[in-house]
Amino acid sequence: MANGSTTAKGGDAFIKNLPKIYGFYTGGFIFFIIALSIGEWLGLPNRFIGWTFMVATVGLYAVIGILSRTADVAEYYVAGRRVPAIFNGMATGADWMSAASFIGLAGGLYVRGYDGLAFIMGWTGGYVLVALFLAPYLRKFGQFTIPDFLGARYGGNIARTIGIVATVTASFTYVVAQVTGVGIIMSRFLDIPFGVGVFIGLAGILVCSFLGGMRAVTWTQVAQYIILIIAYLVPLVWMSTAVTGVPIPQLMYGKVLQQITELEGTLGVARHYVQPFTVFNIWNFMALTFCLMVGTAALPHILMRYYTTPSVKEARNSVGWSLFFIFLLYFSAPAYAAFAKYEVYSHVVGSQIAQLPNWVSLWSHVGLVKVLDANNDGILQLSELTIHPDAIVLATPEIAGMPYVIAGLVAAGGLAAALSTADGLLLTISNSLSHDLYYKMIDPEASTLRRLAIARTLLLVVALVAAYVASLRLGNILAFVSYAFSIAAASFFPALVLGIFWKRANAAGAVLGMLAGFLITMYYLLKVGFMHGEMWFGTSALSAGVFGIPIGFLVIIVVSLLTSPPDAQTQDLVESVRYPTIR
Amino acid sequence: MQITERMREYWQRNLRLTWILLAIWFFVTYVVAFFAPALNNIVILGFPLGYYMAAQGALIVYVVLIFIYAKKMNAMDREYNVHEEG
Repeated sequence: MANGSTTAKGGDAFIKNLPKIYGFYTGGFIFFIIALSIGEWLGLPNRFIGWTFMVATVGLYAVIGILSRTADVAEYYVAGRRVPAIFNGMATGADWMSAASFIGLAGGLYVRGYDGLAFIMGWTGGYVLVALFLAPYLRKFGQFTIPDFLGARYGGNIARTIGIVATVTASFTYVVAQVTGVGIIMSRFLDIPFGVGVFIGLAGILVCSFLGGMRAVTWTQVAQYIILIIAYLVPLVWMSTAVTGVPIPQLMYGKVLQQITELEGTLGVARHYVQPFTVFNIWNFMALTFCLMVGTAALPHILMRYYTTPSVKEARNSVGWSLFFIFLLYFSAPAYAAFAKYEVYSHVVGSQIAQLPNWVSLWSHVGLVKVLDANNDGILQLSELTIHPDAIVLATPEIAGMPYVIAGLVAAGGLAAALSTADGLLLTISNSLSHDLYYKMIDPEASTLRRLAIARTLLLVVALVAAYVASLRLGNILAFVSYAFSIAAASFFPALVLGIFWKRANAAGAVLGMLAGFLITMYYLLKVGFMHGEMWFGTSALSAGVFGIPIGFLVIIVVSLLTSPPDAQTQDLVESVRYPTIR
Repeated sequence: MQITERMREYWQRNLRLTWILLAIWFFVTYVVAFFAPALNNIVILGFPLGYYMAAQGALIVYVVLIFIYAKKMNAMDREYNVHEEG
């Protein structure tokens, strides 16, 4: 049942027409932006433009979600396993690029300079691990979830249960960060309270996944990818053209880096932007990069996506396309940060405080920008301006004096990024609970109808809990996301990789190894991240997984060798995932 | 399950390719980052080299590595007759 066999149901024409459908869609979206620009020029108010963007894009996702509704289990869990490599790549890109990538990444670079690049390398380099160690083998295995693999490979419900706990913990931590991002965007651009923004955003998330599961989420994510990448690149090309005269920002920001270095001299900035290891020391930089990479290769909502391709061959290609589409945003983010820094250093600093542009007061209102005239000279010094990293991307169009349509576009892009990731995560959590916990462990006799009903109910419950936790505003987006990576990395990566590459790994080893990785990481996170306890080797909580990952490997290897090897049936399973077909 | 000598060879070649690509991945990430302060003294088109490698260079290598792996393995599937239908 697992391999190849697809449930076509007249869908072949749809698959063949995908390039045309999304081509028209992209053209329509560009036309929509142009129409709004003309509207702005004719005098449409900003508030109207903000609302139009939000209502139009969220409405669009809702339509796709409703059109893709399904009552078929394979469609609901893995989109019928017929998503072509390129489109699965785009969907994975949107699934992957969250509020943290879209809103937080360039902001983190703006503040940290070189050291922020740990996030750039970590969140792309991890795909090399996905490609080499996991995607093709999981596709060959061909079930529905990551705990499915753990359950089959490590015989039984204990491994599966630990898989469920780690999936839910990591994904839930991550989804809270997304919902927070949605709240920030909604409250700033629609001028509504944070809590209300969170719940409106939640409705946007649920319309996509509730009726159509993975199938609806996949086709919505492709649409969301197109919006988010356009939204990220337009302001960047604008700034590049304005500052350097050439519309290729990724190539031209070298000059801007030079100008920043000069301005740092004039403004007396001690910590240089391109200088490595000033925020993190070299150990923490390397450790963080490592945790983010391994975490990428262990997050269930990403790995699940490679179950949706039609074949092992397509799964391999699909990882390449995923990273290519992610790369388009990630190699632009450092340019974004550099241009934003240049704008602030050259135009904002040194201006009259009484005459600061409108964006300063708008963003101060949300609490993300602070201006304080410390020496009372009426002129803004660098040290008197504080910009929260989360505001950089969203505020830059206004800082650089672009039309408001672009600010609205960027907000719609950020919303697309947050919604698409939240969708993927919620689906992963509810599938884990409905498929792994309920169907596989509690009631294997359950009918299709009942399984899907349970999946949908859980989706709703988890979404509400996530929104509630987000409304408490416990921490900043980037920190929460990094925690999720460390948890996933330490719990899953060793057991998954050894499960494929080392036949001798057995149930006892995997269970203890996953437990050890998970518990040590959680302990370190709570101790250092939340209770400010003593650090080990000066390691920050952001890279908590750096201890759990090697310990996980070690425990699996030692315990497996001390106990008896897995039975013949399990060893056959390992052999079978190593070959796309055995003739 | 029947695993032939030839299939073992396929798996060994897969492992070798995996290790080679992983070594390149390790080099462009960790070794290059380790020497970033020194590499920053070389400036190309305004980019300090150490900064450029972490911001763009490594990423380009990652994308290329994955496509190389996919291309080689998909070809090897056919060579060893373990490819899927179609």
